[in-house]
Amino acid sequence: MREYLLGNAAIAKGLLEAGVGLVAGYPGTPSSEIIEMLVDLKSERSLHVEWSVNEKVALEVAAGASWTGCRAAVTMKHVGLNVAADAFMTLAYLGVGAGLVVICADDPYCHSSQNEQDSRRYAQFAGIPCLDPKNPGEAKEMAAFAFEFSEKFNIPVMLRPTTRVSHARADVEIGPNEAPHRQGKFIKNPARRVALPIHARPLHSELLAKQAVMEEALESAPWNRLALRGKVGIIASGIAGLYAEEATHELDEDISFLCIGAYPLPKKLISRMLEHVTRVMIIEELEPVVEEQVQILARIVNPNVEILGKEGFIPREGELDYFLVRNAITRMLGKDERVAPHSPAVSILPPRPPSLCAGCSHRATYYAMRKVFGKKAIYPSDIGCYTMAVNMGTVDTCLCMGASITLASGIRFGGENEGICCSLGDSTFLHGGMTGLLNAAYNKARITVTILDNSTTAMTGHQPNPGTGMTATGEATVQVSIEALAKALGAGMVETVDPYHMDEMLESFQRAKEYPGLSVIIAKQPCVIKARRSGARPKPFQVSADCKGCEVCLDLGCPAIEFENDKAKINALCAGCGVCAAICPASAIQVVAR
Amino acid sequence: MRTSECDMIIVGVGGQGVILISDVIGRAAVMAGKPVCGAETHGMAQRGGSVINHTRIGCRFSPMVASGGADVLVALEPGEALRFAHFLSPAGVALVNTRPVLPATVTCGMADYPPLPEILAPLKAQCSKVIAMDATALAEKAGTAQAMNVVMLGALAGYIPLSEEIIVQALSLVVPPRFLEANKKAFALGKAEVE
Repeated sequence: MREYLLGNAAIAKGLLEAGVGLVAGYPGTPSSEIIEMLVDLKSERSLHVEWSVNEKVALEVAAGASWTGCRAAVTMKHVGLNVAADAFMTLAYLGVGAGLVVICADDPYCHSSQNEQDSRRYAQFAGIPCLDPKNPGEAKEMAAFAFEFSEKFNIPVMLRPTTRVSHARADVEIGPNEAPHRQGKFIKNPARRVALPIHARPLHSELLAKQAVMEEALESAPWNRLALRGKVGIIASGIAGLYAEEATHELDEDISFLCIGAYPLPKKLISRMLEHVTRVMIIEELEPVVEEQVQILARIVNPNVEILGKEGFIPREGELDYFLVRNAITRMLGKDERVAPHSPAVSILPPRPPSLCAGCSHRATYYAMRKVFGKKAIYPSDIGCYTMAVNMGTVDTCLCMGASITLASGIRFGGENEGICCSLGDSTFLHGGMTGLLNAAYNKARITVTILDNSTTAMTGHQPNPGTGMTATGEATVQVSIEALAKALGAGMVETVDPYHMDEMLESFQRAKEYPGLSVIIAKQPCVIKARRSGARPKPFQVSADCKGCEVCLDLGCPAIEFENDKAKINALCAGCGVCAAICPASAIQVVAR
Repeated sequence: MRTSECDMIIVGVGGQGVILISDVIGRAAVMAGKPVCGAETHGMAQRGGSVINHTRIGCRFSPMVASGGADVLVALEPGEALRFAHFLSPAGVALVNTRPVLPATVTCGMADYPPLPEILAPLKAQCSKVIAMDATALAEKAGTAQAMNVVMLGALAGYIPLSEEIIVQALSLVVPPRFLEANKKAFALGKAEVE
């Protein structure tokens, strides 16, 4: 049977068909839907699915399950692997029990990310095999294959979809799910489970020796395909292979083709290609991972072959697309490139950047923060919806999960004397902010930390976190108090306020500003999208004839407030937060009576 | 040489229901036994930003429609139609909902929203035919403004190689049962606009 599936849903289905027993992850675009799909299917399955506190935690939980004989998978976005890297690198030495699959979704072009790192480099660095799917169907097959490969070679396997695979849809063949493979017995084996130097040294040798054997086994993987035809060749990896195949099909050219979907690279197939052609182009997104290997092999196999790629043909940054790949190929063949169509009239359109929702409490918090701390203050921020408030002047930095607090500390210790008020969301605080807060308290940083607590992980699609009292599968669990946590981590002043109560918010920030040590403000109000979904329908507001057109309300940047004939007007987007009414100097905004 | 049977681009503003249209078409194509693929916008852009969806029927290559290659452009918002007009093939058709959604840059007074004729004129120069309709008003007439995307789906139905029956069947799999009647009405109103 075939079904029209999102790439991430296809991956989830692949895990189920392979008998996965545990899946852990931290939400991050473009990976989040894998666990969400599994949660939907959980009722019929006896597998453990969890949103972990962060990616490092998730990978370690999955490794523990694997060592207990349970097939396990972990999901994250590319930058999540930086957080999990500590475990990732050494797990390559220690190996697995039952199969362990690390699903790490890359985001070329930074559609929804802070960088566009290429995880194939990580796999290469760790000595871990990497499967690089080009479409949802392949991603599903690879997810199942990865477990077997992991078990056979006693090593974690990386599955690396990109945004255009995770968020692609296609008709995919689906089969029956398998009962979870789970022995449920941890077998003690210090030589393979305790990374003492005396154990690590032989394990490192073993890992290095494994590379050639794994490469040999992957040569024949169905995702590495060689078709020798003309004297000009293309070697393409992942989705770039699809663009290249489509272009050669459309151009109707007799080009030799090597499609690569599995690493370590198939050196024999590459060598056969290099022996056959006089000119070859390497087409891959981001890093020249394949190209570098081809350059090395060509020196041995055929030093005269002309190798084209990142230099002048294929960009090393951003996404590739059909047009770009087609033009690179026609240029290689000495034919005319096609000019990309564009409509000059686009310049008349207003930009439409993503923005905070009408009624979003982050907007209210930032308004109050700016009002109290002023323009000169420094506002380190973090990763979440609130980063979109960069135009409000309260987002001066965004580096990585939790870095707002630590950057704020460093800015203070670096000699900055202005006020410093940083901000991060509840999920981000629990993910990577807690250690930073502990450090700030321990080292006496005089800063204010604002936790924008909307009781969800909003940006990635409203996943629960330890502050919400609910697990990934919707079961009730301990609800961790962020206020108690902040106190326990050593903050001197900790206050929880409702950002919709502007007066209290301003007073609270004022106290924090004057506080001589580390202060924490928890701005607590549920995400408006989530509140609406759970049935909240607060009364909207409207502007009366008293409006003086002073534009103070426009300062909020709320999409529900428009200006028409020099007077404010509230449109249908109004979520009824009432913050504009609180700041209107003319008291011209009132709730609509129903 | 064509590499797909029908290429379409569906655009709009985050939250308007772009994904539903492609989901219905994808399911319908699978029912019809045709290979189908598509690419969606998730994540950051969904917060009121521009969203674009590529859907390709009868295609075994990448899920992305090439610039200048779309047979149909479906726009749930007029400005977004123009923003992505470069995807249209010269022989392509643009189906446009004329009801604007003002971006924050306009509501805050930082930018102006151009009048509709200034949006439609350059669009007409880019393709063979533009069909503009107030799909939001038609959806309201069908019983719910939410079904605006289904009005546009009804308009699209005549331009893709799938039967109306199969599309409506796929629609009923995606829409909650209690909204199905209103959605079928919306579909029919959209279809009537292009007949």
